[in-house]
Amino acid sequence: MQSQATYNYKVVRQFAIMTVVWGIVGMLVGVIAAAQLVWPELNVHEFLHFGRLRPLHTNGVIFAFGGCALFATSYYVVQRTCHTRLFAPGLAAFTFWGWQLVILLAVITLPLGYTSSKEYAELEWPIDILIAIVWVSYAIVFFGTIAKRKVSHIYVANWFFGGFILTVALLHIVNSAAIPISMTSMKSYSAYAGVQDAMVQWWYGHNAVGFFLTAGFLGMMYYFVPKQADRPVYSYRLSVVHFWALIFTYMWAGPHHLHYTALPDWTQSVGMVFSLILLAPSWGGMINGVMTLSGAWHKLRTDPILKFLITALSFYGMSTFEGPMMSIKTVNALSHYTDWTVGHVHSGALGWVAMISIGSIYFLLPRMYGKTEMYSVKLINAHFWIATIGIVLYIASMWISGVMQGLMWRATNADGTLTYSFVESVKASYPFWTIRFIGGVLFLAGMLIMFYNMVKTIAGQKAYEAPVLAPAAAHA
Amino acid sequence: MADFISGFWNMYVMVLVALSILFCVFVLASNMTKREKGPVELHGHVWDETIAEYNNPLPRWWMYLFWLTIIFAVTYLAIYPGFGDVNQHRGQWAQYDAEMAKAEERYGPIFAKYREMDVMAVAADPEANAMGKRLFLTYCAQCHGSAAQGNKGFPNLTDDEWQWGGDPEAIKATITGGRMGIMTPFGPILGGEGVKDVANYVRSLSGLAHDSLRAQRGKEAFDTNCVACHGADGTGNPMLGAPNLANKAWLYGSSEATIVETITHGRTNQMPAFGEFLGEDKVHLLTAYVLSLSKQ
Repeated sequence: MQSQATYNYKVVRQFAIMTVVWGIVGMLVGVIAAAQLVWPELNVHEFLHFGRLRPLHTNGVIFAFGGCALFATSYYVVQRTCHTRLFAPGLAAFTFWGWQLVILLAVITLPLGYTSSKEYAELEWPIDILIAIVWVSYAIVFFGTIAKRKVSHIYVANWFFGGFILTVALLHIVNSAAIPISMTSMKSYSAYAGVQDAMVQWWYGHNAVGFFLTAGFLGMMYYFVPKQADRPVYSYRLSVVHFWALIFTYMWAGPHHLHYTALPDWTQSVGMVFSLILLAPSWGGMINGVMTLSGAWHKLRTDPILKFLITALSFYGMSTFEGPMMSIKTVNALSHYTDWTVGHVHSGALGWVAMISIGSIYFLLPRMYGKTEMYSVKLINAHFWIATIGIVLYIASMWISGVMQGLMWRATNADGTLTYSFVESVKASYPFWTIRFIGGVLFLAGMLIMFYNMVKTIAGQKAYEAPVLAPAAAHA
Repeated sequence: MADFISGFWNMYVMVLVALSILFCVFVLASNMTKREKGPVELHGHVWDETIAEYNNPLPRWWMYLFWLTIIFAVTYLAIYPGFGDVNQHRGQWAQYDAEMAKAEERYGPIFAKYREMDVMAVAADPEANAMGKRLFLTYCAQCHGSAAQGNKGFPNLTDDEWQWGGDPEAIKATITGGRMGIMTPFGPILGGEGVKDVANYVRSLSGLAHDSLRAQRGKEAFDTNCVACHGADGTGNPMLGAPNLANKAWLYGSSEATIVETITHGRTNQMPAFGEFLGEDKVHLLTAYVLSLSKQ
């Protein structure tokens, strides 16, 4: 029952390889930024200054590493679960080269100091326009493939990928709306002002977490976990409920980034309660992923790819519990502006996003060359343990320093004056920043092992395109 | 901000918030199925050879958790400012006012008991001095340094040299109302060589190494351009905040290059006003503490 047509693996392969490459670049910049906090004398030049490297790190890991992983896996999954070759191959190739150009421009312009100063949306307006064009092309390729699918039912992974693609287009275009000071200048000013600008920015910022870093990677999870475990997904019903609940509630959570600011009270309240409502829908994805393994738990012992995927789900569950707690205004009053936030972000970014991506890429890479296993399974296992230790060091140190900073900032003497000056809290943070740096180095080391394993897997192999499978009859 | 909290946007967001919560209720309520006896069935679709789905019901505990957060959300929005701009008495501004009033009640008397005391007497009181130091570390150390030693552009408060006067009234006025110091740029008037000449003369005033020929020429320029503020002997004028140039204290540095920069481009500097922010009692204590730094 195999037709002549093949799946388009070329664009998947390109994105999969670049995931590893950009992962190393983005995390290396992160490690340098972490080192600059411990040893400020490492701020050697304005181009390599912390203030410029930090947005390069965030853009690099989110949009270059995470973005490439999402492109690779969504193109792979949508073809295989729709049983049809990717729609518009020329446009798909354009999304690859266009996205690489965006990343390259970020690597050049951010150190040069070009920035819109919007967090996670720092790139200036000409690059924003390019992103919008690439993203609309991505949507055409993805939904075009869905439209010509050979199965009636759209698999749940594709709902999440689809939701992520549509929402990110909306978020990017609305938040990046800006007026350039002239058509020949890179500089622009936001279309919004004051507290409205802050609100639009964090509506974007939190939904970038919700749709780029959550919905997209849940799409990944819904394919690679059941595939690698070779078990049916735990509950179709749960996937329907948590998908729609997630889509409806994430949109409102942004104001929790602006607690106790000029933002009107009621807006803050709405942000807080929707963040709490988000707990159950977020956990729905974790439950569905982890419970899929029931009956196949023994596979965790021998399969490091599954270890990556399931550990990712554990960190996902942990950070989606932590997030709602931190959005409660009373907790936020302590945690806001401290390292706790940094720790929370990284338990999601390293624990969830990176781990699920790494597991999925280890699954994908050999298949791009007609094989089923990486060059070395032992090295995947080594990567897993080094990365896990790195994450634990990172998160634990940031928790401790974050809570410590929050407590030091609010400590008062008997006469109501502050017990500590700000700089004393900075001084007290140094040991934890050193531990965080070591955690980051370990995580980066894991990525280098992955790179070696990838090169060895690919070396001497010919690119492969699998034949398109006919859909199985219902109730097979 | 007014347009953000206008009635329309309140209404618009309220409707959407209510619809979003109702949608969650609807999705949950229509999926309350219980586990049936016997083995769980597959949902009936297969993708990519192996991917299938069980049709397990929603885990009970998960469902209850979801209900609980929805109930909490509605309750919270009803009690606090939530459904629009209501219940402001439980909002952050009310919370701020209440906490500040409580702090004033608790800490106010601690500071007030020194109000009637003379500044010099306060400066000599060890307890008041310790409190002044804590205030200083909270509000002043960012610019003046934790030992009040100052920094480039920020005066040293321990050397008994005062730009705006060092008696208790002057210091209190500085803290209360702030100060705005301006040195006008003389580059265009004096020219490059002229500026260098004046810089050498200025250095000669405090006994620093200088080119005596230049200093001689510089004195003439000084006498026409600088004396109005800095005085004929260069000892400055506290009424204008014009620094004494004949002492060892330098706000920006004493090197020839720095003085040339100061004369050429001028300087603008600001000490922020703390009177309204801290209140008279704390300013009183701070004045005493600052005085004690240089009167030891």
